[in-house]
Amino acid sequence: MVNPQADPGVEHETMKRMVRTIRGAVVKMSHRSRSPHLGSCLSCIDILVAAYWSALRIDPAKPADPGRERLILSKGHAAMALYATLAHRGFFPLSWLDTYAEDGDRLAEHPGPGCAPGVEAATGSLGHGLGIGIGMALAGRIQERWYRVFVVLSDGECNEGSTWEGAMFAAAHGLENLVVIVDDNKWQATGRSREVLALDPLAAKWEAFGWSSVELDGHSLADLREALRQTPHGTGKPVVIIANTVKGKGVSFMEDDNNWHYRIPTSEEVRRAHEELGLR
Amino acid sequence: MRNAFAAIMTELADQDPRIVLLSGDIGNRLFNTYKAKFPSRFYNCGVAEANMTSLAAGLAMSGLKPVTYTIASFNTIRCLEQIKIDLCYHDLPVVVVGTGAGLSYARLGATHHSLEDIAQMRTLPGMTVLCPGDAQEVRAALRAAIGYGHPCYVRLGKKGEPVFHSSEPELVIGRAIVLQQGEEVALLSAGNVLPVAVEAGKRLAAEGVSTLVASFHTIKPLDEELLAGLFGRFRVVATLEEHSRLGGFGSAVGEWLLGRPRSTTCFEILATPDCYPHEAGGQSYLREAYGLTTEAVCQRIRQALSGEPSPPPMTQGHQPKEPKKR
Repeated sequence: MVNPQADPGVEHETMKRMVRTIRGAVVKMSHRSRSPHLGSCLSCIDILVAAYWSALRIDPAKPADPGRERLILSKGHAAMALYATLAHRGFFPLSWLDTYAEDGDRLAEHPGPGCAPGVEAATGSLGHGLGIGIGMALAGRIQERWYRVFVVLSDGECNEGSTWEGAMFAAAHGLENLVVIVDDNKWQATGRSREVLALDPLAAKWEAFGWSSVELDGHSLADLREALRQTPHGTGKPVVIIANTVKGKGVSFMEDDNNWHYRIPTSEEVRRAHEELGLR
Repeated sequence: MRNAFAAIMTELADQDPRIVLLSGDIGNRLFNTYKAKFPSRFYNCGVAEANMTSLAAGLAMSGLKPVTYTIASFNTIRCLEQIKIDLCYHDLPVVVVGTGAGLSYARLGATHHSLEDIAQMRTLPGMTVLCPGDAQEVRAALRAAIGYGHPCYVRLGKKGEPVFHSSEPELVIGRAIVLQQGEEVALLSAGNVLPVAVEAGKRLAAEGVSTLVASFHTIKPLDEELLAGLFGRFRVVATLEEHSRLGGFGSAVGEWLLGRPRSTTCFEILATPDCYPHEAGGQSYLREAYGLTTEAVCQRIRQALSGEPSPPPMTQGHQPKEPKKR
């Protein structure tokens, strides 16, 4: 297992390889189980790898350690990306991915409560993860434990009123151990997220709600690693990272094509995707 | 009931450092003692019930025992999905407390009536529904709910209701408390309507009708043992609640009854009708309109004993409406 404190160069190469591996795993899982949301999975894999390999203070052997740092995938429809990330990070055997979403299996299309080690919360209905993360961050303060809580939201999820209820609470209580990462892939289920609702200016909205914001390329592992490591910002504010991403990232014929919100790849498309990712 | 809630919260928080009280911007001075004693374990979550509920889930996932508190309708139906997914699906030890339930805040209008909360809460797998009948039962219900380790909904009235227990009763979740013994008629009361049941029970007994009165402080799970001893043995069993006749306590008993052998016992649901009031009016006014006064209850029981059929339940507009023309 990769040591998060390893040499940055080695770490960077490891993370890049891991991103490709997880992208390939997710494409295969979607094909085999006929599960949708592939495009939404591919956009957040750099974020998850940067968090799990370079930021989170975690021990996969102790997934319930009270002092651990937590990550909630609030955009639960990207569950395949989370499962593949956790398996490759050593939370559970890789073989669990082979039976994903089969009848009776532990891993469903949206993560259930305690379905696998490392899954912090059941998500799927949007707008729940931030509130749960706030509770965890506040619990750290009440119990005098220092840990950070990371919550990955989708841009579409910023439609939910509960997201902004949470944003105001976190700012009011100065929860600087809370970090939101918006996987801003510019699409929601049926349209451009800027056309469906007035999302812009997104970073300025969070700032106006009392957060400290950073905007970056959500596919740059180096930028993500730096931004995650620089949290908290020391301003007494919660941090939001607006990660500019591409839906379907990593597979040329899926990139920025919203059909892949629901489309299932054929075996030929899996082969081509794996070829592009340099996997065999 | 409200003051009893604040007092027992302070007592329990003193005993258990894991208890955290979350308020939805109500109870301004109610929690002054609590806040002074436990400043790091009280949060005014603002007028944001969805976030308050999800936040409670996050606290519980981290080993704490949160209690959310605001007006019943806002703390249940407003944030129903957060209760369903974040609390019940995760089976977390969170206590949801709804104050001003039923018609307690009748004067504030239908926006503040909570006549659907029992129905909504009891359909959620893993949710326990508690409706204490007086201030002493509120204390006991909170103690039981916080010690239960699973999601609980505790439904409160307002303040100043009559108290029937001289001290905090022993409250076992799922076991009703019999306040008056009887053999002919059973008045089963859920929550803040208990004073009506108690008075009706006294009046009927004085008229020579042997009447049992019980406080069903738990609606889910039901006290099936007590119910099984009533149907087939009593002439009339009536449920009382300040809640819609659809999906509430009476419905729960009716659902249970469907799986039982037929009996000669007459079963009456005394509840609020399937309609919104569109006029101003206080709790007494609406109880009067909906047949939930002591005299109306007694009259219904006398009619049932004489074999008269129940009147058809009042609905919105009292009958099916013409479809609206577009």
